[in-house]
Amino acid sequence: MKRLLTPLTYLCLLLCGLLFISPVGFLLIGSLKPDDLVLVESGGWRALWPTSASLENYRDVFTRVDFTRYLLNSLFINGMILGTGLLVNSIAGYSFARLPWRGRGLLFNLVLAVMIIPLEAIAVPLFYIVSLLGWRDTYLVQILPFIANAFSIYLFYTYFIGLPRELEEAARIDGAGVVRTFIDIIVPNAKPVFASVAILTFLTQWGAFLWPLLVTSSEAVRPLPLAIATFHGLPPLRWGDLFAFGVMMVLPILSVFLLFQRLFVRGVAATGIKG
Amino acid sequence: MPDRKSSSHAGRGLTAFLLSAPALLGLLLFVLLPFLLAAALSLTNLRLGSPLPLEWMGLEQYRRILHDPTFRHALLNNLLFVVTVVPVQTVLALALAVLLNQRLGAIAWFRVLFFMPVVFPLSLVAVIWVLIFAPGPDGPMNALLELISFGAWTPRDFLHDEQLALSAIMLTSIWQGTGFQMVVILAGLQAISAELNEAATIDGAGCWQRFWFVTLPQLRNTLIFVVLVTTILAFRLFDQVQIMTQGGPHDATTTVMFEAVQTAFSRQQIGRGAAMTVVMFLVVLLLSLLQRRIARQQREVS
Repeated sequence: MKRLLTPLTYLCLLLCGLLFISPVGFLLIGSLKPDDLVLVESGGWRALWPTSASLENYRDVFTRVDFTRYLLNSLFINGMILGTGLLVNSIAGYSFARLPWRGRGLLFNLVLAVMIIPLEAIAVPLFYIVSLLGWRDTYLVQILPFIANAFSIYLFYTYFIGLPRELEEAARIDGAGVVRTFIDIIVPNAKPVFASVAILTFLTQWGAFLWPLLVTSSEAVRPLPLAIATFHGLPPLRWGDLFAFGVMMVLPILSVFLLFQRLFVRGVAATGIKG
Repeated sequence: MPDRKSSSHAGRGLTAFLLSAPALLGLLLFVLLPFLLAAALSLTNLRLGSPLPLEWMGLEQYRRILHDPTFRHALLNNLLFVVTVVPVQTVLALALAVLLNQRLGAIAWFRVLFFMPVVFPLSLVAVIWVLIFAPGPDGPMNALLELISFGAWTPRDFLHDEQLALSAIMLTSIWQGTGFQMVVILAGLQAISAELNEAATIDGAGCWQRFWFVTLPQLRNTLIFVVLVTTILAFRLFDQVQIMTQGGPHDATTTVMFEAVQTAFSRQQIGRGAAMTVVMFLVVLLLSLLQRRIARQQREVS
């Protein structure tokens, strides 16, 4: 395929790439400009040039809304889903892949079937259930429903099934129980799948919008994606402030992405394997 | 001795079941139960805080929503979204994946570049694109179109224009989603054996011939998967609509999910809203079954 990459296509790719990524540059540069300049200068090359740069918008965000609270909410909710999710789904995947027990096949088929039910399809009754339970406007309601995840179980299952059996047999001969074997033998040999699942979970949960919109009403538990939509509707509309909010909101996931790009790409590619 | 062995065996079975129990319980309570409840509620007239008694309505809710012009408009919008976004995004992602499937240092940075929007939360993406579609000659999209049409373009208010609003949301979604597809297709490309390409080259196949007769057939299942996932995502469309247009102007951008949320939460009609989400799920289910069927046929053929 070498001939495909002549200098001309390379240049074309470069231009397309720059155009493609310009909204990101626009966001970053705009967050540094005085509010009134963001829109005025957005129609030309100056949109991507810091004609006057200051961190004033960032300060404004903190005085206009409780950004720290939203950030901590998002970090807490995502941390809890990630930590408990990795534990719960990995042991379930292991149990389905490696341990014989009655009803295993039937229940695993159920997990596979549940995989195609999107959150949107169950949002209405789930909202009804948590309303009856009085769980609205809590952290719990934003965490608990997202811990068990059929697709994560499936990813763990396919990885564990591919591990050589000798690993566990040696441990079993040494008298190790199921839990010991899992912790000492399986987990250290399954780092890639833990990374993939962690990244996919983070990727889907960090931007969660629909569910928090339905179940939260107070700022105390509101996560970032919902907070930026509320901030967008909060007069006066100041684009500089909004963009500063946006930069700070994407920074955690963007830095994780830039640090672990390979893992990200592998994690996402893993979703396509079942195809 | 045999006694002890069998009891430890039973113990192992119990431990094994207990390991999967938390996950199974979670899926049962938060996916399966609400799912069955969605079907059940859609057959009733349930409203939150309504003094009317709960009534069994059979398929009445479905008859009503399918005769509701707004819901039909929403379904149509989802379909329009699918027939536009899916082909455009897939072709774009495929082109990028083929171009970027090289082991050069600089190329890796292009991959990072095109994948970057995928990590952006949709609500943030929507906010950025509201400004990109700003009305007047200063709006970036208006300015760009004016530039490439050599001044022939007259500025429009995209998000308040019945003819353009849905296209604006489509473009926003394509920008955010292409990188995801590209990465999945890249993984598919890398699974194609180099020998196959070499053999084709030895047989005198050119660049395009290799693409049509080697690469594309080998990518078939990957492409089917990518098309399916994008289609399902298109039927779940909500965040961008909520932030960019609120379904307007005049229902020009409303979607099934947006209508379901409006019905169930703003108007508190849980039964009717549940029926809408069931319709959406049936579409998703149908598409998934179709994908499995097509992918299986292919395996039998090859």
